[in-house]
Amino acid sequence: MTSPLEQKKIRITGPSMVTANRTWDGVVIYRTSQQGWSADLSDAAIVRTSDEARALLTESIADDVGAIGAYIAPVEIKDSGEIEPGNLREHIRSAGVTIDLPVPA
Amino acid sequence: MPLVKHGKITTDTFVHVADDAEIPGDGAILISSARFLEDAEALSRRVGKTGVAWPNNRDVDDLVPHLDRLAVVALVFPTFRDGRAYSQARLLRERHGFKGELRATGQVLRDQFVFMLRAGFDAFEVKKESDAEAFAATVKRYSVFYQPTGDGRITALHRRMQLRHSESAGQ
Amino acid sequence: MYAYDELDRTLINERVSEFRDQVKRRLSGELTEDEFKMLRLQNGVYLQLHAYMFRVAIPYGTLASKQLRALAHVARRYDRGYGHFTTRQNIQFNWIKLAELPDALADLAEVGIHAMQTSGNNTRNVTSDQWAGVAPGEIEDPRIWSELLRQYTTLHPEFSFLPRKFKFAITASDHDRAAIKVHDIGLRLYKNEAGETGFEVLVGGGLGRTPFIGKTIKPFVHGHDLLSYVESILRVYNQYGRRDNIYKARIKILVHELGIEKFAKEVEEEWLQMRDSALTIDDAVIEDIRSRFTYPAYEKLPHMPDELKKAAHDRHFEAWRKNSVFPHKVPGYAIVTLSLKPVGGPPGDATADQMDAIADLADKYSFGEIRVGHEQNLALPHVARRDLPALWKALDKIGVATPNVNLVSDIIACPGLDYCSLANARSIPIAQELTRRFSNHETANMIGRLHINISGCINACGHHHVGHIGILGVEKNGEEFYQITIGGRADEKAEVGTLIGPAVPYGEVADVIEDIVEAYLALRARPDELFIDTVKRLGVEPFRERVYATR
Repeated sequence: MTSPLEQKKIRITGPSMVTANRTWDGVVIYRTSQQGWSADLSDAAIVRTSDEARALLTESIADDVGAIGAYIAPVEIKDSGEIEPGNLREHIRSAGVTIDLPVPA
Repeated sequence: MPLVKHGKITTDTFVHVADDAEIPGDGAILISSARFLEDAEALSRRVGKTGVAWPNNRDVDDLVPHLDRLAVVALVFPTFRDGRAYSQARLLRERHGFKGELRATGQVLRDQFVFMLRAGFDAFEVKKESDAEAFAATVKRYSVFYQPTGDGRITALHRRMQLRHSESAGQ
Repeated sequence: MYAYDELDRTLINERVSEFRDQVKRRLSGELTEDEFKMLRLQNGVYLQLHAYMFRVAIPYGTLASKQLRALAHVARRYDRGYGHFTTRQNIQFNWIKLAELPDALADLAEVGIHAMQTSGNNTRNVTSDQWAGVAPGEIEDPRIWSELLRQYTTLHPEFSFLPRKFKFAITASDHDRAAIKVHDIGLRLYKNEAGETGFEVLVGGGLGRTPFIGKTIKPFVHGHDLLSYVESILRVYNQYGRRDNIYKARIKILVHELGIEKFAKEVEEEWLQMRDSALTIDDAVIEDIRSRFTYPAYEKLPHMPDELKKAAHDRHFEAWRKNSVFPHKVPGYAIVTLSLKPVGGPPGDATADQMDAIADLADKYSFGEIRVGHEQNLALPHVARRDLPALWKALDKIGVATPNVNLVSDIIACPGLDYCSLANARSIPIAQELTRRFSNHETANMIGRLHINISGCINACGHHHVGHIGILGVEKNGEEFYQITIGGRADEKAEVGTLIGPAVPYGEVADVIEDIVEAYLALRARPDELFIDTVKRLGVEPFRERVYATR
């Protein structure tokens, strides 16, 4: 959970994806394999090498109008093929805060 | 890169002369501080206007002795977030009374025009054409200013007191 | 209560128009994020984990009831129905949309609220004592000077792109409730032997990666010279502060690297050249600002009214009164703290409904005024003592009367990894669990004054360095761990806390805190020796032994 915002070297240690926030409303989004973004983690393009990761990130960052703060984050792929967030930070980003909101949603 | 002066895009009459290029005998030139200081005496005696590009990490004190012979001092914003040139500009204008052209160069963007004017800049090498075209409109964004600078605009504090006095005077 | 006039409102509106234009140009692509980011920060807009976060300024922590209602409106209309009060007397909304921000700002502008410079590398909210203007023994209301500074620093053309953020705090009381010693510039207002109002000026205080207690740069700056002197400091910082490394860019680093004497000399040299300039504050200006602060028309009221006598039998009321009600400089009145630290709740949050209710209570019982404290509680500064019983019933009903002010469960915490993209670990659930462990009121009272501060990362927005007990979230192998410090304090005896041992995992933090408290109870010389004094007397070792004996 050390902030990945200053990623300089791109080296991945397992399956990863690119995530960002949507510019106009800040919603969490994931880079798809169709040069787009989705708010659904299951649509995320999965990369497995540092080169692939770098390429996906470069292409994501190029979409400066649609998304901000893109970075590479780990995922866990279950046996079923389901994509899960790969660390606590990404869990919180995809599922929301771990506490009860003062005003129930 | 458009040059904006007096609120509109104008031709830059100053030629930027590189450090290894020959300095023309006449005509308006803009040279680096290093080059200028090497031979400040000779350069300030040349026919034609001379301007100096001063780096933002060097005290303007070193330039002060030569100010009255300089037509232009160009200060630099390496990124718009590096605000050192604002202090340099104010010192040159307000403390040292520089009357020539104070030019903003570097990453000069629309949203800093008002700050730059207030700090004493009167010429702008604007990065984007669209920003240069919007200059006149942009500088009208603000009519209230809290703090005094050398631009002569009355501060809100004093305007408020003026209004009060004129109210009570009118009673 | 400072009354904004046409000029102040015009400036806020002009700022809103400018930002609306900037957002438009961002969403159309005319501005890149690289060009826009600093602009949005200068309007208090951060990107966080889930969404944008919007930080609204509450200058020196003073709010009018209509302003609090406007904040409630923003929470409802543009966010998820609640807001979070911060350690710098501001409020944060966590779910805001960039596209709607100009409208939110426009709504706030109608009541004189703005978000100028609540982020970015500029001068931030000038914070002060939340009891300013009503604290007994106060020399004079520091908010007058805070307002002068606020105006001077707002949209300052020379200092809007500093090497890093810059924070001011002002106190006018012997007991420093504004934590001036851990600010970039701290100002202690006092009168010199000649009876002139002036300031002891401290510089280079701050927390974060490299905590420093501020050093006195000038023991007395006359009130007239405040702005010119501050300008000198800012100018030296703007020119010489480091810009190569964001972790070394605060003024505290410059002061540390030059040494305070050399730094003071640089500032003095600069100041001597500009001291009698347009920045000199003349008496007429001070009086003008002072006249625009309105104070209540206090009545002549008894200290022990019948209502209070009658309510004394109610032990819940008494428990609250003894904990949350503080002396006022006007006889018959009181300052009431509203605890935003309910058992099991996230510290410092208030719902829109609570905000509206508090605004109504402020109108009824506090001349329409509310204060925000840096301990993330609110206060009603002008309550007649005869109204205390009725007020308490109403506060209790809306859940802001937990009698835990200044006690162990009155925890200061940053939002942490639940919200913040800078965080290493969560802080709110830690705070929540601690309030549950220490929910017993008698126990908390027995423990006495104890400030716990929690930060989710080294940026220290929870001010953990200066907590009596400080908790800092770190990351170890993808897990949340926490370093514990003790002995910090933020007041006039400010000190940075000392680490007691290796970091402990998330699940053990509450146990460790309980162990520390138990150690204190066993070690204290007398029941009224405060935790912080026991630590001072005995040092960290006895606590370290007990906590780590079985770990």
